[in-house]
Amino acid sequence: MTLTRVMTPLCVLAAAAALALPVATATAQAAPLRIEITEGVIEPLPFAVPGFIAETGAAAEAAANITRLIAQDLSGTGLFREIPASAHIGRVTSFDAPIQYPDWRAINAQALVTGSVGVAGGGRLVVKFRLFDVFSGQQMGEGLQFVGTTANWRRMAHKVADAVYARITGETGYFDSRIVFVSESGPKNDRRKRLAVADYDGANQSYLTDSSTIVIAPRFSPQGDRIVFTSFGTGSARIHVMDTATGRERVLADAPGTTTFSPRFAPNGRTVVFSQEQGGNTDIYAMDIGGGTATRLTSAPSIETSPSYSPDGGQIAFESDRSGTPQIYVMPASGGEPRRISNGRGRYGTPVWSPRGDLIAFTKQLDGRFHIGVMRTDGSEERLLTASFLDEGPTWAPNGRVIMFTRETAGEGGEAGLFTVDITGRNAPRQVPVQGAASDPAWSPLLP
Amino acid sequence: MTYFTKALFLVAALGLAACNNPDRYGAGGADGMGAGAGSGGYGSGITTGGLGDPSDPRSQAYFQQTVGDRVFFAVDQSTLSDEARGTLSGQAQWLAANPGYALVMEGHADEQGTREYNIALGSRRANAARDYLVSQGVSPSRILRTVSYGKERPVEVCSSEACYAKNRRAVTVLSLGAGS
Repeated sequence: MTLTRVMTPLCVLAAAAALALPVATATAQAAPLRIEITEGVIEPLPFAVPGFIAETGAAAEAAANITRLIAQDLSGTGLFREIPASAHIGRVTSFDAPIQYPDWRAINAQALVTGSVGVAGGGRLVVKFRLFDVFSGQQMGEGLQFVGTTANWRRMAHKVADAVYARITGETGYFDSRIVFVSESGPKNDRRKRLAVADYDGANQSYLTDSSTIVIAPRFSPQGDRIVFTSFGTGSARIHVMDTATGRERVLADAPGTTTFSPRFAPNGRTVVFSQEQGGNTDIYAMDIGGGTATRLTSAPSIETSPSYSPDGGQIAFESDRSGTPQIYVMPASGGEPRRISNGRGRYGTPVWSPRGDLIAFTKQLDGRFHIGVMRTDGSEERLLTASFLDEGPTWAPNGRVIMFTRETAGEGGEAGLFTVDITGRNAPRQVPVQGAASDPAWSPLLP
Repeated sequence: MTYFTKALFLVAALGLAACNNPDRYGAGGADGMGAGAGSGGYGSGITTGGLGDPSDPRSQAYFQQTVGDRVFFAVDQSTLSDEARGTLSGQAQWLAANPGYALVMEGHADEQGTREYNIALGSRRANAARDYLVSQGVSPSRILRTVSYGKERPVEVCSSEACYAKNRRAVTVLSLGAGS
């Protein structure tokens, strides 16, 4: 019973039948290998990824690249620490050879990932892997096999890393995902901004629009098939929607005499919630992605912006200055009385509901510094994860464990970049190596 | 039986020490700002013809430099200061004497504040300036539209209050050939 989708460039098949499974004993006297991400603090789990076996000479380069990228994905989480090949005692010479556990225990590798890369017809790569719990001497889960085009080698490596991450943490991974963001160039007082997409790690960058107008704050649909963003192409801010497969673009909300911005999809993938300004007053509206009449959800003389749905679609968090300073509020998705949830000192903005539903990420300004933070959906347990001259605009990894955001440096030469931080706050923010200056990232769902 | 240990380190909220930077909010406000400084770039205006001789009271250059084409706001505010009202009254008088011009009112914010909030804030500022012009007798039909650029189009690029104060602005951008 294998699952194969030949039409997609990348397919996964459970290889339990195709791969010889090692003997699995039922005498589990060892606790299962596991990382609890929710614990505030842990020592990174040491793992080894001996070079994936190239089944033919033609696969050698891909095998080396895939091995390196798997290790990079896992190490980049801060949850895992790679034991470098130079420290390995054991050698893996064949994908199906029995694992010599003592060799891996001796270097204190807790997890062992083995794999192979072969070449199939049509220039496609076949990537196989297995994961082992070294100290209990058992394979973790079944072996998996991924088949895809050579150009998709990075995605296959990400899928291996996602599977390893999922088996050890018990949560879905986030490596096989994309980001859409604003690529910036030019001086600060004449910044050029265009939409770009890249893999979550900054690889495979390409552009969706040219630099002829300002674009800001793109966001993916829950299925990843559309992007909504704000463009000044018609002279004023207007919400546009783009089909990611075709690149076709249209204006979504353009009622006469209004400005529209700050769009975000509902979990149903059909409704877009956004800010609409008329006569200087900004409120929150929702409308169908197909167009039509917008439904007004707030009605106040203050600024209401940056709306974000809860994952069940029942509530909307947003930013409002109705109290005199920008703060975060939550209201029913159909509108109605909002309740303020931000209660600390400072100004709060850009609330974004976690895909897990448990937290709201936000931007906070306090005493002249910017922070990215998280709070529970009732506003309790606020924690600040970053601090800098200008951090803003959080977006969640598909599994709700990592936040990407914009960090901009000060002054005339100030430049924006994309950074990630995990929500434990355990690891310092890391810059995502996209090409050039970048801002306003939005994470896609995990790719199929 | 656990085979990997979990060393516990208490992690304080990351990097929160030494975060104070009193310069960011400074004294704030538009007080003391020369409303007609007019030396900044005009990166976001609409293209018009020659600006003319600034000594000619009928020229756009005179409007920009002598009347003053922009007014300034305090942090997060869209309230017009007395100085801003004075500038806008001067603009209304100039527009009355030069009926061939229409205008677009631009609103802008400094880089404090989040990007989307600043779009809304710029709209507020543009509309406050627009409404005051109308109250001073400028026909609404001559005000083609308001537009907010949020913090996307600063004229000053330093990251201190001196520059922020010049970026928190509403700019009256003239265009020829309408309103006659």
